[in-house]
Amino acid sequence: MSSPHKLASRYRRQNRWRLICLAGLAGLLLISLGMDMATGTANYPFLEVLAGLINPGALEDSMRVIVWDVRLPYALMALAVGGSLGLGGAQLQTVLNNPLASPFTLGVAAASTLGASLAIVFEQRMPALPHDVLVPAGAFICALLVTSLIVLLSRAHGGGSDTLVLFGIALLFALEALVWLLQFLADANALEQIVFWSMGNLGRATLSQVALVGGMLSVCFVLAMRRAWALTLLRGGAAHAASLGIQVERLSWRVLIEVSLLTACALAFVGTIGFVGLVGPHIARLLVGEQHRYFLPASVLCGALMLSMASIASKSLIPGLLMPIGIVTALVGVPVLIALILRRRSPA
Amino acid sequence: MSLRIQQLVIRRGKALIVPGLDLAPLPSGTVTALIGPNGAGKSTLIHALAGSLPAHGSVTLDGIDLASLSHDRRCQEVGLLPQTLPQAAGLTVYELLLGGLLTLGVSQESAEHRIEHRLAELGLSHLAMRSMATLSGGQRQMVALAQLLARQPRLLLLDEPSSALDLHWQLAMVEAITRDVRERNSIALLALHDLNLALRCCERIIVLSDGQCAADGAPLDVLDPALLARVYGIEGRIEPCSQGRPVFVLDRLVHHSTP
Repeated sequence: MSSPHKLASRYRRQNRWRLICLAGLAGLLLISLGMDMATGTANYPFLEVLAGLINPGALEDSMRVIVWDVRLPYALMALAVGGSLGLGGAQLQTVLNNPLASPFTLGVAAASTLGASLAIVFEQRMPALPHDVLVPAGAFICALLVTSLIVLLSRAHGGGSDTLVLFGIALLFALEALVWLLQFLADANALEQIVFWSMGNLGRATLSQVALVGGMLSVCFVLAMRRAWALTLLRGGAAHAASLGIQVERLSWRVLIEVSLLTACALAFVGTIGFVGLVGPHIARLLVGEQHRYFLPASVLCGALMLSMASIASKSLIPGLLMPIGIVTALVGVPVLIALILRRRSPA
Repeated sequence: MSLRIQQLVIRRGKALIVPGLDLAPLPSGTVTALIGPNGAGKSTLIHALAGSLPAHGSVTLDGIDLASLSHDRRCQEVGLLPQTLPQAAGLTVYELLLGGLLTLGVSQESAEHRIEHRLAELGLSHLAMRSMATLSGGQRQMVALAQLLARQPRLLLLDEPSSALDLHWQLAMVEAITRDVRERNSIALLALHDLNLALRCCERIIVLSDGQCAADGAPLDVLDPALLARVYGIEGRIEPCSQGRPVFVLDRLVHHSTP
């Protein structure tokens, strides 16, 4: 047994390279976080912001408020939401065996838009609850109801992942129509709020919301890593994975439920943010391959990095104007996705 | 020590595929071929034995009812090579094999040793670090075989293991299985279409037709012209070749008068 295992050492070398990739992504993420904190309408020097983060007492009051109460939650929310979308998208692409799957496939985004719209339109009739609670709650509940409907429908039908994707697309149109109906009926003020919400915006974030999304992401990440090898084997195809003792159905439902919870929670606070859940995992795949012990963390990091960079862009593309981040991610995400498709070597 | 199948009933949806199968025990250290025409229920039987299809009746391995085992335990005892080839475009061969062993509960060190050994034995070491996406169908089938053998199950179930293999690898495949069965005293059941392959490597042939056992025994006892005509609708014969080995010769279709 003491004979040197040549293959094992080559495999370890490969893993070392992947670890370096992960470390590189984490480094980029820190830089991006710092730049995100330093970008904004008020022009503070980068180093001063950094010093203020380490020692808040040294800052003057106005700057402390901006750095700690506005920019920090904003920047951290970008990481938490981006990471959640990346993790969700990566697992869905594996479980549904579909490179186009993302949290949007399950109708999460469209459903949370509907829930938020409902909350905004009916807000005046329920003055007991504050706006900051009602809208995220509406978005979250609606997203969960719709994804359970999709999951239960396809489960009752007994079909595989294709059925689920088809149901998701069908419901997407219905949800959009309902949102339009609400927009048609809403007064001008509510209409403006709905449109703004559906563009996606990190500006509403508070630190406690960041903690909630971050906590959810951490729990889901730990759960996902515990089944990393099972997910890896699933890439061999359902029949092959089942022959290796993976309980494919059970694994799939668990992933679907967790991903809906995770992404519904993330999107409830920030609105519709597209493409991160789709493109993040694809970049991660190009960097570290599909062994999920590396692919999942890389997807989290790529998602977080993408949204963090989009956040910087949303503040600096038009100086003095904060663009909704959903617009930026879609505009940047589409060319990236097309580039990825074009350089894909073999058909999936 | 053997595999016993008694009163086995298997359905797929509402269709009754195997209406009650009894087989003489499959002893340890033997390779058995499962042959029969398309739709006879070969794959169904294999998958039911592997536990991936529900079945009624009794299947015991070394006296233990397989249905009474936990999922994990059953996966350790019974290994399946499905007809579907593994995909895994984003993985290397080594990763796929490693994952299959680690999820089985094998330690990292032992898994690495087993993979190294199996790939070398099958002559596949040069593929280890290749991406699965770059492999041909036959190579992927051999990787799946390496995976099955590395898991070291007591019962090996193979569903048309030669479907994508060229002549060289067909022989390599049956020899690897025969060696494994001899060395570890395991039991192998192979669903096959190629009668010459079955004649070459199996000490026993079970002929399945409409979910029932049409014949069961030593290859030369089982494969007679009457059976071939009845089960496959062909005229064929088994004859010794110039080296004395029995070979199957296919003559022509039996033409039925259509009603």
